[in-house]
Amino acid sequence: MNHWLIMPIVLPAVLGPLLIMLGCIDHVLARILSLAGCVALIAISVGLLQQADSGPQTYALSAWVAPFGILLVLDRLSAVMLVLTAVLATVVLLYAMAGWDRRGRHFHALYQFQLMGINGAFLTGDFFNLFVFFEILLIASYGLMVHGGGADRLRAGVQYVIVNLVGSTLFLIAVGLIYSVTGTLNMADLALKVPQVSSDDLALLQVGALLLLLVFGVKAALVPVHFWLPDTYAQAPAPTAALFAILTKVGAYCILRLYVLAFGAQAGASAWLAQEWLLPAAMVSLTLGLVGVLAAKRLGQLASFSVIGSMGTVLTAIALFTPTATAAALYYMLHSTLAAAALFLLTDLVRERRGHHSDALTVAPVFAHRSLLAAAFFVAAIAMAGLPPLSGFLGKLLILQSAWPTPYAFDVYLAVLATALLGIIGFVRAGSTLFWKSTAQQGRIEAEGVSHSVLPWVAVGLLLSGIVALTVGAGGVHDYLSQTAQQLYQPQLYINAVLFPQGGQ
Amino acid sequence: MSLALIVMLPFIGALFPALLLRAGRNACATATFTFSLAAFILLIFQAPAVLQGETLHASWQWLPKLGLAVSFMLDGLGLLFAGLILGIGLLVIFYARFYLSKQDNMGSFYTYLLLFQGAMLGIVLSDNILLILVFWELTSLSSFLLIGYWKHLPAGRQGARMALTVTGAGGLSLIAGLMLLGHIVGSYDLSVMLQHRELIQSSPLYLPALLLILGGCFTKSAQFPFHFWLPHAMAAPTPVSAYLHSATMVKAGIFLLARLWPVLSGTPEWFYLVATTGLITMLVAAWIALFKDDLKGLLAFSTVSHLGLITLLLGLGSPMAAVAAVFHIINHATFKAALFMNAGIVDHETGTRDIKQLGGLWHLMPITATLAMVAAASMAGVPLLNGFLSKEMMLEQVAHTAWLDQPWLMAIIATLAALCSVAYSFRYIVHVFFGPQRHDYPDHPHDPPLGMWLPPAILVCLVILIGLFPQTFAGALVASSAKAVIGGALPEYHLAIWHGVTPALWMSVIALIGGLSLLAGYRKVRSAWEAGPHPDAKAMFQVWIKGLVQLAQVASHGLHNGSLQRYLAWMVGAAVVVGYGAFMNSSLSAGSRELLPAHPTAIAAWLLLILGCLLTVWLHHQRLLALIMVGVIGMVVCVGFVYLSAPDLALTQISVEVVTVILMLLALNVLPKTTPKESGFGRKGRDILLATSAGVGIATLVWAFLTRDFTTLSDYYLAESLPGGGGTNVVNVILVDFRGFDTYGEITVLGIAALLIFALLDGALHGGSAAKRLAQWLPDQARAADRHPLMLVVAARVMLPLALLVGVFIFLRGHNVPGGGFIAGLVVSVALIMQYMASGFGWAAQKIRLDYHAMIGSGVLLAGLTGIGSWLFGYPFLTSSVLHLDLPALGEIHIASAMFFDAGVFSVVVGATMLALSQLSQIGRRAEALPVNQAAMDCDPSHPLQKDPSWKP
Repeated sequence: MNHWLIMPIVLPAVLGPLLIMLGCIDHVLARILSLAGCVALIAISVGLLQQADSGPQTYALSAWVAPFGILLVLDRLSAVMLVLTAVLATVVLLYAMAGWDRRGRHFHALYQFQLMGINGAFLTGDFFNLFVFFEILLIASYGLMVHGGGADRLRAGVQYVIVNLVGSTLFLIAVGLIYSVTGTLNMADLALKVPQVSSDDLALLQVGALLLLLVFGVKAALVPVHFWLPDTYAQAPAPTAALFAILTKVGAYCILRLYVLAFGAQAGASAWLAQEWLLPAAMVSLTLGLVGVLAAKRLGQLASFSVIGSMGTVLTAIALFTPTATAAALYYMLHSTLAAAALFLLTDLVRERRGHHSDALTVAPVFAHRSLLAAAFFVAAIAMAGLPPLSGFLGKLLILQSAWPTPYAFDVYLAVLATALLGIIGFVRAGSTLFWKSTAQQGRIEAEGVSHSVLPWVAVGLLLSGIVALTVGAGGVHDYLSQTAQQLYQPQLYINAVLFPQGGQ
Repeated sequence: MSLALIVMLPFIGALFPALLLRAGRNACATATFTFSLAAFILLIFQAPAVLQGETLHASWQWLPKLGLAVSFMLDGLGLLFAGLILGIGLLVIFYARFYLSKQDNMGSFYTYLLLFQGAMLGIVLSDNILLILVFWELTSLSSFLLIGYWKHLPAGRQGARMALTVTGAGGLSLIAGLMLLGHIVGSYDLSVMLQHRELIQSSPLYLPALLLILGGCFTKSAQFPFHFWLPHAMAAPTPVSAYLHSATMVKAGIFLLARLWPVLSGTPEWFYLVATTGLITMLVAAWIALFKDDLKGLLAFSTVSHLGLITLLLGLGSPMAAVAAVFHIINHATFKAALFMNAGIVDHETGTRDIKQLGGLWHLMPITATLAMVAAASMAGVPLLNGFLSKEMMLEQVAHTAWLDQPWLMAIIATLAALCSVAYSFRYIVHVFFGPQRHDYPDHPHDPPLGMWLPPAILVCLVILIGLFPQTFAGALVASSAKAVIGGALPEYHLAIWHGVTPALWMSVIALIGGLSLLAGYRKVRSAWEAGPHPDAKAMFQVWIKGLVQLAQVASHGLHNGSLQRYLAWMVGAAVVVGYGAFMNSSLSAGSRELLPAHPTAIAAWLLLILGCLLTVWLHHQRLLALIMVGVIGMVVCVGFVYLSAPDLALTQISVEVVTVILMLLALNVLPKTTPKESGFGRKGRDILLATSAGVGIATLVWAFLTRDFTTLSDYYLAESLPGGGGTNVVNVILVDFRGFDTYGEITVLGIAALLIFALLDGALHGGSAAKRLAQWLPDQARAADRHPLMLVVAARVMLPLALLVGVFIFLRGHNVPGGGFIAGLVVSVALIMQYMASGFGWAAQKIRLDYHAMIGSGVLLAGLTGIGSWLFGYPFLTSSVLHLDLPALGEIHIASAMFFDAGVFSVVVGATMLALSQLSQIGRRAEALPVNQAAMDCDPSHPLQKDPSWKP
């Protein structure tokens, strides 16, 4: 029995309650535990990444066989997502340890629970269990989102939680519909049952499946159910917003998982069910995101909309539903997670140095560390806007390349390239206003309470180095992701591992 | 390797200037110079082989699946451009050391310059078109930094943004074009691609690819109508202009045209697109240049014009024209860099670049003037100088080319352009250096230090040497690079001053005489020009960008207006559209299950449920009433569970209902009792429509699946519950065993939710604006006279032990009959809550000393540890096991591991409920500013005369 497989869930799940109890006693202890947990998560998930090479592996909770019990399934895709989560969580935690973690209660406990929810969503092979992990990550993220308080933040938080609760309701309805005609909650089992659903019952299945797409769309900030994102991310504490860069990817992951496994090539009448809905919505998201980048009046807003745009890019590639496009989407996903996190952290550094000007994109005098922040912003903006030589550019090329053999090549080219121009103009305007125009102003902003800790810079530096590493090592990373996509597009591997561990079918 | 090193050296070098600035400006400049020089020397070492016709390659994999490789190639064309980039780069670095003032940050200047140099080298040495794209955009980015170097000047910032926007847009077009080209050929390797002329030109994608590629090249090389960004890029420091606009940035587009010339040229599309654009650009820009008073503006437009000339030559598509193009690239780079540096000297020494404020500098700055005269004469195409030679070759080619069957049209336009070129070149000489000496120069002009005039002097020497001995000084380079452009054998030609009396000679003579007469009558021409319209490209561009941004803002901020109602409307609307859309696209037949007769009780409950829902909506402005209606709905659901024989669910539902309603009441206490009316008639209509369609949709679906039979997992659970799960209550076995992992997750959710209530309200209790508001809060409802009524207190006390016992009972029996940790936890919570309600929170809290945080934490921990405990027995997480103990007196006892798990659930439920209650009541107490009562009830029956002193009516 390979218990390592469940460690990404159990470790934070044990640390969480410990931190509830210890966090009240000593904050240094809490920080050490929390950080140690994150570092351990990196080690564990890298280990799992290697294990995943030998094909999908399962972990039967309470020792019940599928489809009756809950199974965790590890394959390359989930392993990649786990590694990404652990790395991001560790870096962001470093940032938070410079002071954000003490601006409210129970930060570290919530942080661990958040990781438990995210990791669980990546590992579970069961729908209803996915719902449970969605709830964990939702409630924990709500806690992290309103951490530190403030009227604007609470207002955005209420919107966030209400929209997501409506999403949860839809989730239940959708799962109910699917269960009513397939009689299963297990994803692999569903993949077997979907082609067998008779035309008498097909509508129930398909309505359920597409409502589920909408639910995942809410998480992934797909237009038109993305509305919660801009305010939430812009108002959230910086470490939370940075960690949230992975939350949208949970939605993308679920879409990829479900609609390739159960509604893919073998799904008969429901084959590639999601495509005709997802592709246009994704391209609209991409456009609307970059229009938002251009329109942004604050840096936080700009970063938020760039997340919507990057999710649009990822989902566009996913919606092509080919292995090469999926590999491209995964590469872009890794990249955009790091880039978005870096932008949010930079936004915070700028915000706290500009006093009452905060992160407004208006002209204000020079502030502390202007040149260093300008340089970091330049790099992060290049990454996010998808300009060479960083990974965003490579990711976009991969997506364009993969779109070529599909019937949607023209639309994808147009959407990806035309919006890139909006991004360039938007980022240039923002950077010029913040970092250049300020040098022409009289005086200097001396903001109070600027942290002297080196940790924020380390965190930003690590994220940007991560982007550089993704760029330089693009060949190797993309190879692995191609294999990941290949594995994903052979659903039989997954199904066999879950339902027929002893061989058979 | 050395090829890669040539490209890498500037990038590596870029790390140093900013660092070495601390060691002084000389160290900074020396480091920069050294890295460039090293690259230049490396290049020179490769030169002999290349000039002999070899092509050098070096390649590494980067992203093989994409076809992206770090592969470099050095052929004649690459050598030519790399030589220009590094050679002129060295001169510019040297010049800039003396040009930049002490206030300028030299470190970042040289860093940007080296980044740019590396990117340019990358473009010209790449053997992979995707790699070219990478470097291409890098030049846009690094030139953005260079142009905006004086970031405190609006012109610098605007110029930089404009340049990046235009060249960036062109870059995107180029991405699409080159990718199309790659798809046609099936490879992104330039060497491979250049072999497939037929394949490319016969492809239906040829024209779109060509258009897109030209979009990239024309924006970069500032061809009409994309030329407008270049003059504004002149806001950069002069060394930048000298570098970017003579030999590098703007030549990138030309380079790519030349690079792809073997496969793209020779078609009518190519000819009409490229040659025409070049021709128009050449004429229009030369004409505008004549009227620019800013020296750099004049040079900028002349650059555009000369780029047009080269584009025209490449567009002609004949090998001989390609030779001329290559030759003019060399010549233009030499004289134009010299002129830019010259303009910089004039600016530096006189304090102005405005021609109208200049004149008569000949005696004050003889060296500068001499250099300017030679370089400008070359630009004008005066014989014995290099500019003359290539211009002559151009005219010769044009004279033999018909445009739309018009044999003379091109020749006439080209001659006109040459004429203007003569005029503006001589204007540069005459209006700046000749004429009367003035006394109102902003500064005291004199020749600059050697460091500033030496670099242009070297270039001017080249201008003369190539002009006099073209074959000796440029022959080999022209031949090898022209060969690379043509991709085949060179045509018959020789570079010489005298070609006999040809049409081109006549055209040159006309241009010279015409140009000089134009200058002679400059005033008249000028006034005619000034009467005409002058579209201001920058203003138009800014209006355009501003319009775009405003449009984006209207769209974005209009859509995302912060209204939750709107967001939810979109969401429900999306669900409705998706649901109905999917339903219509799919098939469904009516259910076959036999319908059961409805029981009157069920109908009554059903009507009550509907009534409850309608009233909730109807009364939602009155929060208390709405909450009561929600309670009614909950009760009906509970009755429904009983009716459908689900006692576990009913028990859970009713206890959850009680606890939530109590907590909500506490929360409502300090909130306004009514909500504002926010929706107008239209919005209500919209909401009714959405709600109705969603409701009808859900009802249809529910009806559909309730009226059909389906197989589920239930049979397995029913069969396995006792043998596998050790319990007869299937629901509980599902909760703690089959799907115990879900329960584990859900209690975590409950725990977190309580922590969240705590953390949120903690802010309101301790400082902040919420705390202030709370302190100023006034009770908005009448208060009962007896806060702690005797009857309630007594009843609650009596109930407590009973309720606790019931809780234990429900907990213990849970595995086999309805009950379990969750329900038990709620029952106990309700019992405890009753104590708080009866005697007030403060009083009760003093009696019950429980750390609710610890209860939540330990509960989740206990559940988790129970799960981990299974590992010790070699089972997966949360596997249940039963311990059979034979105890004396008690007999056989089964201890199921599920019980520990259930105990964790219990602890979390009690802890979470009580933590929420405690925070909410603290808020209430803070708001009402009431002290803690000392007795359990308002009057103490044992001491009938005493009253709680804290009590006030």
